[in-house]
Amino acid sequence: MPWIPICIIAIMVSMALFAPLLAPYSPIDQTLRDKLIPPFWVDGGGIDHVLGTDAFGRDMLSRLIYGARVSLIVAALALTAGGGVGLLIGIVSGYFGGAVDNALMRLVDAAFTFPAILFALLLAVTMGQGLGTLVLAISLLLWASFARVIRGEVLSLKQRDFVALAKVRGCSSARIMLTHILPNVLNTFMVLVTLNIGVVIIAEASLSFLGAGIPPPTPTWGLMVSDGRGRIAEAWWVSLIPGIAITLLVLSVNVFGDWLRDRLDPRLRQL
Amino acid sequence: MKRYIVYRLLQGVVLLCLVATIVFFLGRLTGNPVDLMLPEDATPADRMAMIKALGLDGSLFQQFTIFVGNALHGDLGTSIRMRQPAVEAFFSRLPNTLAIIPWALLLAMCVGIPLGVIAALNRGNMIDRAAGTVAVLGIAMPSFWLGILLIYVFSVELGWLPSGRMGGPEHYVLPVITLGAFLVAGFMRLVRSSMLEVMESEFVKLARIKGLSESVVIWKHCLRNALVPVLTLWGVFVGNLITGAIVTETVFAWPGIGRLTYEAVIFRDFPLLQAVIILKAILILSINLVVDILYAYVDPRIRLA
Repeated sequence: MPWIPICIIAIMVSMALFAPLLAPYSPIDQTLRDKLIPPFWVDGGGIDHVLGTDAFGRDMLSRLIYGARVSLIVAALALTAGGGVGLLIGIVSGYFGGAVDNALMRLVDAAFTFPAILFALLLAVTMGQGLGTLVLAISLLLWASFARVIRGEVLSLKQRDFVALAKVRGCSSARIMLTHILPNVLNTFMVLVTLNIGVVIIAEASLSFLGAGIPPPTPTWGLMVSDGRGRIAEAWWVSLIPGIAITLLVLSVNVFGDWLRDRLDPRLRQL
Repeated sequence: MKRYIVYRLLQGVVLLCLVATIVFFLGRLTGNPVDLMLPEDATPADRMAMIKALGLDGSLFQQFTIFVGNALHGDLGTSIRMRQPAVEAFFSRLPNTLAIIPWALLLAMCVGIPLGVIAALNRGNMIDRAAGTVAVLGIAMPSFWLGILLIYVFSVELGWLPSGRMGGPEHYVLPVITLGAFLVAGFMRLVRSSMLEVMESEFVKLARIKGLSESVVIWKHCLRNALVPVLTLWGVFVGNLITGAIVTETVFAWPGIGRLTYEAVIFRDFPLLQAVIILKAILILSINLVVDILYAYVDPRIRLA
């Protein structure tokens, strides 16, 4: 078991769940006379603000704790939505084959050629920034890779005897897909979900950084990095600390995902 | 071969139409697109003039034909902020992006390919793990943060390199590293897995039996064949670089099409964003097309499939 990554993930998840209890200050309230206090280990820093404050005097640690919420909520919603659509399309495409499969797979190819981040930016400008837009945008990024892998899995599953037997017994296509195929691709689906958590967190942070994520003043890690960008010479901690949080979390979920894949579904090694 | 090219060309055109249609309808999704296209201080008279000019008083279908007609004449609207045709803005910035992309690609290949080979040769031991760690770290670090970290270390603390804007060769170093870094892991993993596959094959065994030296077997016989999947994905990598440039150019204030995209988002410059997306789609699709055709030319199995 990769214990260190699991501990880091557990810490981040509890930060997100118990943010109001853990955060020493409000993540939004501004106290301008406390602005740009460095972290405690740097000269001028103190124990009042362990990780320092930003340009508006907001406590970095509190913002970091609340920021974990946004990252994890967006990850959960986008993986459910995008992964779910990918799962559905993968099963339908693999099971029916023929023209349906052909059309859906061309769509998947198209999604791979054209970078989803451009659509994400377009959505943010036309529909306005917000949680819904962000989740939709990131789902667009995910569904195609889910659909492609699941379809491959279904293609081999439908040759198996239990599917033939179900057909002979007169089960409808919907029933076969739901009760015979779906349970058998769930392992693969779970592996795909874990392997993609990191992708989603980076995408969320990048969109926030580019001004297309959840709008301020809600603290998000990407936005925090962006806030400190102009003051990197005098207050490096405003930008660099949230980046460390992103890197640590993504690193942990990726190591954990690799481990899970090797245990549940080693055939996915190539991904 | 001719059939293959025609097929791929048609596919590209269909995709492009799809992109343009989506962009068109998204602009109309939230009410009258004039509100997206006009600056906030526009007068009602400006509004009416714009509605007339874009044919927005007609049906949706009429509007779409006008949009397509204009697009075919190279008119994708006028940028609100820069008050110049969006297409012009795009092409004036394009060379600056094209100036860093090849270097980033070269850097990623020069680091990623040898790392992949070394990892494959040392499969399972410490060296393989170390290379794997580099790859995982490269994926986990968001590139906007890597860029800021590099600026902090090399411009602010050490004072060796400029922190942004275009200029002499020293201005290229940090943006190229930032842009190339996120492809290193991709190259490394791809080369590692295809090297492992090739090393098991019959012709490599034959080369060994023939008594060729190990380095000739590895670098000449194995690597050459292991690079085939890398070449196939070249188009995808360049596409990744074009989108990756949005973040990199933003961090380094590099005046290319990536930074232009960011400006369009930040200033809610819808006509500019619409044009940038369609033009980038054309760019990415044509690169993919050229790569695929070259590839089919080299490898006959592709065009027959």
